[in-house]
Amino acid sequence: MSNWFGRQRALMDFAVSSLARRKGKTLGLLAVYTVVVFVLASAMLFSHALRREAALVLAGTPEVLVQRLVAGRHDLIPASHLQAIRAIRGVKSAEGRLWGYLFDPAAAANYTLMVPADDAPAPGQAVIGSGVAQVREAAIGDIMSFRAHDGQLVSFTIAGIVDPQSALVAADLFLVSETDYRRLFGIAADRFTDIVVTVRNPREVRTVAEKIDAALPDTRIILRDEIKRTYESVFDWREGMVLLLLAGAVLAFFIFAWEKASGLSAEEKREIGILKAVGWETGDVIALKSLEGVLVSLTAFLLGYLAAWLHVFQWGAPLFEPVLKGWSVLYPDFRLAPHVDELQVATLFFFTVFPYTLANVVPIWRAATIDPDQVMR
Amino acid sequence: MLFQPAIIALVLASALSALMLVGCLPFAISVLRRWDLSSGAESQVRLEKRTYLVATLVKVVLAAEAAALVLFVFNADRMASLFTGAMCAVGTLKVDPYGFPALYLKLAVFFLAAFWLVLNHVDNRGWDYPLIRVKYAALIALAPLLLAAGVVQLAYFLGLRADVITSCCSTLFSGGGVTVTSNSVAALPHAWALGLLGASVAGVLASGGAYLLWGRGGVLHALLSLAVLAIGLAAIISTISVYVYELPHHHCPFCILKREYDHLGYALYIPLFLGTALGVGTGIAAAARRHASLQQVGPAIARRLALGSMLCFAAFGGVCAALVWRSHLILFEGAPWH
Repeated sequence: MSNWFGRQRALMDFAVSSLARRKGKTLGLLAVYTVVVFVLASAMLFSHALRREAALVLAGTPEVLVQRLVAGRHDLIPASHLQAIRAIRGVKSAEGRLWGYLFDPAAAANYTLMVPADDAPAPGQAVIGSGVAQVREAAIGDIMSFRAHDGQLVSFTIAGIVDPQSALVAADLFLVSETDYRRLFGIAADRFTDIVVTVRNPREVRTVAEKIDAALPDTRIILRDEIKRTYESVFDWREGMVLLLLAGAVLAFFIFAWEKASGLSAEEKREIGILKAVGWETGDVIALKSLEGVLVSLTAFLLGYLAAWLHVFQWGAPLFEPVLKGWSVLYPDFRLAPHVDELQVATLFFFTVFPYTLANVVPIWRAATIDPDQVMR
Repeated sequence: MLFQPAIIALVLASALSALMLVGCLPFAISVLRRWDLSSGAESQVRLEKRTYLVATLVKVVLAAEAAALVLFVFNADRMASLFTGAMCAVGTLKVDPYGFPALYLKLAVFFLAAFWLVLNHVDNRGWDYPLIRVKYAALIALAPLLLAAGVVQLAYFLGLRADVITSCCSTLFSGGGVTVTSNSVAALPHAWALGLLGASVAGVLASGGAYLLWGRGGVLHALLSLAVLAIGLAAIISTISVYVYELPHHHCPFCILKREYDHLGYALYIPLFLGTALGVGTGIAAAARRHASLQQVGPAIARRLALGSMLCFAAFGGVCAALVWRSHLILFEGAPWH
């Protein structure tokens, strides 16, 4: 066994020194390879971090969401539905929510207007998200006015700014009291935007949803799991799209790698010829050349992945943000939580190292089967 | 569902692998028809040179298939959250009728490619390549299987729809309910499972040891290795998994791969599969002794393979024993390990 290890070590030594002897070629290949890994890894790390963020946010959302549909469109839900839902066995609580979107012409942005379930601001006051504060340059104590549904002005005194820690969900928030909300949009007192339901036993969520559906046929029921699944699919899909778009670049890289590997210089050919003349077998030369490929691959993979990690988690992924994150005027400025996923590393390995290795096989074999007398003559 | 990155990677890997192997077929056929070591013709020299290329390609393909097998199961497990009712890899594989066939084909490809590499290694050590025709006939047989594995996998991924209600592993591997073959495996009594497992591991270690000592019984070791694979998988489903979950009715062989159980399954499956591949390889190398040029080399290689397979099986047995020992579940009242 030690014999075997010694042999591999000697081969590795030889491979490293032979790579070092051709610095220009090796460094060029390494640089391009690293960039390819970097681009792919950035896209994957970024979309995965977003997916995790979404999952964390969704973990705190209610299990069941009930909306009323009129002619297939979302409509305000009457308070009488609340009673009907609360009467269903297994339902722990059912609360009406009031929320909507408000276009602010001054900032040319949409805010998410909400009446929080608890700690609602007093009438005439508002609590705003960090994004809103930034775009309107508002501070605590300032007054913001909006035109209500009937054209009259409604004014709010800023009572607080939401902690920027939760920027991803709270950047565009505008929290108001129930009275102000109804005044602004002209919504009757017995109407809500939608109803959130919590269920005592999580395994009964589906049954409860079916019962609500049977009792209130004019509603649409959305489960948290379904939202989660949709998000997963959407992010997977976006990630896959980006990868496919990058496929062209990857393909070009493999052609480049093939060319690099097959374009042996006279010097290299002579070297292989001498090795074979002093007793190396074809199998040994193949092992040596493969080892060179493995060294370049692993170095490029590590460097590229590290750079991608820094790019995404340290600098906020400026290259991919617009594609993967979606776009909005009031987009939160947030830093993603660093996370490395085993499945992703494995997938990335398949995307880069495996095709590179395959692209190298034929050139390596060509080089290794050179006849010594042919090149040394 | 083709836009999942891991799925793209898997499809890419199997497509490239199949392409490589199918590309080797014309060469394999010409070896079968025209190989003649005594001839010094240019075509014969070309054939000899090309065998190195094919061997290297199959090595790369095998490595890729082994990694793809792990990725396939890992990804199936991860995707369980996308399907209603699925809680682990079983659910994901059940979404489409091609799921389990794809897994079985991938397993078959992994083992057969490993056997082929042993055959290749042994053959290359004989100066007259005595096994070359067998080797390339085997390669011709392996190619359609690899192709089938790729096609079935593609059909499976194409058939994945996120709105299908699939079955959770508990209805599949627990007695009663849906009738699936695995139920009968799960119903294997615990005492039998542990007894058979212990006996088969002891047997395979004994046969391997016997081969190391006396150079006999290589084929027996290969057969016992296959027996350990079958018994080991049955024991994992019926008993070892129960000890891991500490739930008498949870028999899933996939949940142990999950992070909740510290990815323990990999510590079971990797030595088991590797041990089987090396063990059967022992038989192949030992049987090659019949050829004059391999009389010395064959047994030498077989000895090393036997040692490797014994280490793997010992590791597998050790992990099983450790899992039983550390578990809080008591299946046998008054058993010595409690």
